[in-house]
Amino acid sequence: MTDVAAQRAFTARLKKVYIGYTIVFLIFLAVLAALEQLGMPRNWIGYTFLLATVLLYACIGVVSRTSDAAEYYVAGRRVPAVFNGMATGADWMSAASFIGLAGTLYLQGYSGLAFIMGWTGGYVLVARFLAPYLRKFGQFTIPDFLGARYGGHAARFVGLSIAILCSFVYVVAQIYGVGLITARLTGLSFEVGVFVGLAGILVCSLLGGMRAVTWTQVAQYIILIVAYLIPVVWLSVKHTSIPLPQLVYGSVLEKVSAREEQLLNDPKELQVRKIFADRAAAAEVRLKGLPASFETGKAEVQKVLDEVTASNAPPDVLTVAQKSVDSYPKDIATARTTWARDANTKGRAAPPLRHAEPYPAANEKERDIMRKNFLALIFCLMLGTAALPHILIRYYTTPSVKEARSSVFWSLFFIFLLYVTAPALAVLVKFDIYTLLVGSEFATLPVWVNSWARVDPSLLSIVDINKDGIVQLAEISIGADIVVLATPEIAGLPYVISGLVAAGGLAAALSTADGLLLTIANALSHDLYYKMINPNASTSIRIGVSKALLLAASLVAAYVASLKAADILFLVSAAFSLAAAGFFPALVLGIFWKRTTGIAAVLGMLTGVSVTFYYMATTQPWLRSLFGVTDPISDNMWWDILPISAGVFGVPLGFAVILVVSLITPAPKRAVQDLVQHVRFPNLVGDTIKRGGA
Amino acid sequence: MQLTERHLEYWRKNLRITAVLLVIWFVVTFVFSFYARELSFNFFGWPFSFWMGAQGSLIVYVVLIWHYARTLNKMDNEHGVDEGEEA
Repeated sequence: MTDVAAQRAFTARLKKVYIGYTIVFLIFLAVLAALEQLGMPRNWIGYTFLLATVLLYACIGVVSRTSDAAEYYVAGRRVPAVFNGMATGADWMSAASFIGLAGTLYLQGYSGLAFIMGWTGGYVLVARFLAPYLRKFGQFTIPDFLGARYGGHAARFVGLSIAILCSFVYVVAQIYGVGLITARLTGLSFEVGVFVGLAGILVCSLLGGMRAVTWTQVAQYIILIVAYLIPVVWLSVKHTSIPLPQLVYGSVLEKVSAREEQLLNDPKELQVRKIFADRAAAAEVRLKGLPASFETGKAEVQKVLDEVTASNAPPDVLTVAQKSVDSYPKDIATARTTWARDANTKGRAAPPLRHAEPYPAANEKERDIMRKNFLALIFCLMLGTAALPHILIRYYTTPSVKEARSSVFWSLFFIFLLYVTAPALAVLVKFDIYTLLVGSEFATLPVWVNSWARVDPSLLSIVDINKDGIVQLAEISIGADIVVLATPEIAGLPYVISGLVAAGGLAAALSTADGLLLTIANALSHDLYYKMINPNASTSIRIGVSKALLLAASLVAAYVASLKAADILFLVSAAFSLAAAGFFPALVLGIFWKRTTGIAAVLGMLTGVSVTFYYMATTQPWLRSLFGVTDPISDNMWWDILPISAGVFGVPLGFAVILVVSLITPAPKRAVQDLVQHVRFPNLVGDTIKRGGA
Repeated sequence: MQLTERHLEYWRKNLRITAVLLVIWFVVTFVFSFYARELSFNFFGWPFSFWMGAQGSLIVYVVLIWHYARTLNKMDNEHGVDEGEEA
């Protein structure tokens, strides 16, 4: 009974600490807001946010430092369900969720909802197929389970390799996000930003492992959810005068849809779109005519200039002619890249998409392809969610199986708060841009437009294509990230809220990076070193090795991120497909089908990952160039599925291989069958296996 | 060790609940999305399929997990497989 009392007292103390923390955080915001009114410069506000939050995470790390194995690997298994839910929420929601998601919804409309459903519905699978059983098993890592259930080093080794593969791919993207946000927040360079962020991650996880990461993630969740909600609520008040965006944006969506119909047939819009279409078509013709077209094109612009000069034309006509000569590509190589870029503006000639229309396409066949890919993406994201090791190990940290079940509910609840808001934010920003910005005059653009266009033209650029002095929708080019980053300014909030949003994005990226790096380090130190190489290692050596590997892994990840080479967004989605195909069949069948044999699981995991990886390598442009694949993409596509959803092939194949091979190999030993039984029942009287945990 | 009839019943019940909830999850996610174009009627201002994707299915997921946790935690006690008071 003392255990129960102690746990209750612990929970009560946690509640007090975090309520106190939230109040202090809000006071901190209010003080900064007041200082801004008194004239505190903007970059000081940025520095204050960066320093204060990183320092806070470091302090939690110092306070939670530990060298006890259970504390280091699974936070002592006494994290109450609600707090584990918040930690999982922060662990889960990455820079991509916080900053990219609303922007993706803005750009893709209904199609973007695949991410919303996929990244939440996966928890239904976690709750039913994995979390309670893994908690009952109660060791430290996912390869631990595979090793015990499938008897031996082969399963453990394949498991840890897959865990490292998908976690590493994912962590590179997070560190990239950290660098980007730090650079925006403070004006430091991207590389410095990466290493400042890294310091924040390392102080925390190096000192206290899972224990420090857990309590930091709870703190980070509170910051990120406050940062996400404040601007959206404000924007909602601006457009509907009701502070509940999730409930009322239906009416805004109706107005957006009506406005879309207007813009689809507006003569000025048609004019701009035609200019883009003509420009792209001309560029394509010239591109095909290379190298001959280079000389003829050059002669042509020169001829126009000569004629204009000879005919004494007015000065502005002369300037235009002079400019087209000056801006003509210098050599054939430059011509090729410039014209290829022009040809790519074809997309901007397309009519705006209807935000709420599912699978918008020209004909039935293309609609079918869109629908197929939408469903396939949801499938991969859901099963990937239920197979990513850094999420699953969070359920090792609860005190009991019951708490693990409740904890999945709290996880999804806290994730739900953000994910249900993102589509509302996208619609509200769209309404603002479609009705207030489109149709306004270039002379009187809002301040935020100019400031963001200056920061980064790929985020926002508006050019008066048809020279009428009025903004047309087709003249606006917008990047996904700006939707969240610029919302405070669009809503007319003070700069301190912009700083808060950046700090929230930083919290999202750091918390996910924390969890991922710990997963990588533990796979290497616990599974590879302790379980396979040196089983006699003492606890202090194991934890020492883990810390050294954590440092090494994060430096490698930071180095890869600083190259900025890869297609980062693709890498994140790839992690989901790989995790789904590698882990999901082996984990679920391991619990629900006693007959699953070790060799079958190993082959199934390898088949799943290989097929998924093969499909990506032959159909994804960046990977194709990496592996030197040259035959046309369309030859390698199976049923028109995009590479992002490659897991849709890997998962069923993984299941099939495990089923077939299990049936033709001898049934698992008695001890393994007992383990399955042990995992299935939260408490079994007379159980021969010692209870995990404690 | 040998499982008692009570244990087997617990596991069968668990499988049944899991299967039922899985069917609901599947219908809400995949069947509704499959027929998204046909289901675009007005639903309190939202087109229904858009609302399902942005809110409805999420609410169903949260409720499903809540219901599962509650039912199973109660079932543990009824079948004598609960972990007792020691946390």
